Amino acid sequence: MASLKELKNRIASVKATQKITKAMQMVAAAKLRRAQEAAVAARPYARRLGAVVANLAGAMAGRDDAPRLLAGTGRDDVHLLVVCTAERGLCGGFNSSIVRLAREHAASLLAAGKTVKILTVGKKGADALKREHGDRFIDRVELRGVKSVSFDIADDLGRRIVDLFEAGEFDVCTLFYSEFKSVIQQIPTAKQLLPVKVEKSATVSEANYEFEPDEAEILETLLPRYVSVTLFSALLENAAGEMGAKMSAMDNATRNAGEMIDRLSITYNRTRQAKITTELVEIISGAEAL
Amino acid sequence: MATFKFELVSPERLILSVDADQVDLPGSEGDFGVLAGHAPFLTTLKTGIVTVKAGGVASRIYVRGGFADVNAAGLSVLAEKAVPESEFGPAVAAAEIAAAESLLADAKSEGAKDRAVAALGDVKTAVTALA
Repeated sequence: MASLKELKNRIASVKATQKITKAMQMVAAAKLRRAQEAAVAARPYARRLGAVVANLAGAMAGRDDAPRLLAGTGRDDVHLLVVCTAERGLCGGFNSSIVRLAREHAASLLAAGKTVKILTVGKKGADALKREHGDRFIDRVELRGVKSVSFDIADDLGRRIVDLFEAGEFDVCTLFYSEFKSVIQQIPTAKQLLPVKVEKSATVSEANYEFEPDEAEILETLLPRYVSVTLFSALLENAAGEMGAKMSAMDNATRNAGEMIDRLSITYNRTRQAKITTELVEIISGAEAL
Repeated sequence: MATFKFELVSPERLILSVDADQVDLPGSEGDFGVLAGHAPFLTTLKTGIVTVKAGGVASRIYVRGGFADVNAAGLSVLAEKAVPESEFGPAVAAAEIAAAESLLADAKSEGAKDRAVAALGDVKTAVTALA
């Protein structure tokens, strides 16, 4: 049995840990609110742009002069996986579930004889994929030190991906991130980024739009932006999801620490009582012997 | 006078949502104005100033890299960057010019260079107009 002093130290250390996890939970809760607001604020733009692109793509469907970003390269050989994860750990299964999805996807592509290239955004994803797919990395982007995701960051990244596509570095690009459903639920998601795949909405081609300049030219400028915006919303969802996952992970940790403290305190008190009893017995038997 | 819904959104947030009487926009093929009941129209915008007239008050907004979508529901402008006149100070102006200049410096092909020169010109015109 551990000595009293040891037990006391254990309790003190678990208490310190609990304080830290509690603080982290509160920080995550505050950041979550901000991240959630940012994600919600970004939605109108993404929705509008999505609708406009869907409209235009509908008008362009089947035409020969459709931009390459929409029509694709006509091949399906080289796949680029853009894996967006968090910069930090301690957020439960958040990072590992995204990485798992990406890894499964990569494995099935490799099994089908395709070439896989990987671009990671966020440190954790890069660390997790490094061992298995390190030689397939084309780059790893780290957003450490970035307080909140701004559109410029997503835009830079989007432009880079579009440039790589134009240069023929890959045929299909898939984005991996975590969709923010609620604080306790994040769904790892794979989304095809390039060639742009528009979600068919019911309201497509409502009226005879007039386009200025023509459809093809508008699409030319809109599609890269659509890619950036898709990335941007993925990054925002990720940021909110990370904080949500971190909050619940830290909440669990705090509760576990509490339970541990309770258990240790009981052991401590029992040991203390046992010690006192032993001492008393010793004194009494000593007195009787006289 | 009939009004229509005007919304200005940037990737980060919804900036403005008003019932406007008239909105004047810098279209890439030329400036144009939108009144209530405008035909469906979609165009890219060049860097410039959007003038919104609502309730007899006109306000000006600096807009970069956007496009406008006019449909039955109203007009929505999606801009990469939008700054109201009241917030448009020398610092913003300098940053915008610097951004346009770096774009010009990065331009590789002739076409990209032409576009960058035009864009820089647009930024400077807008900055002078707002100064």
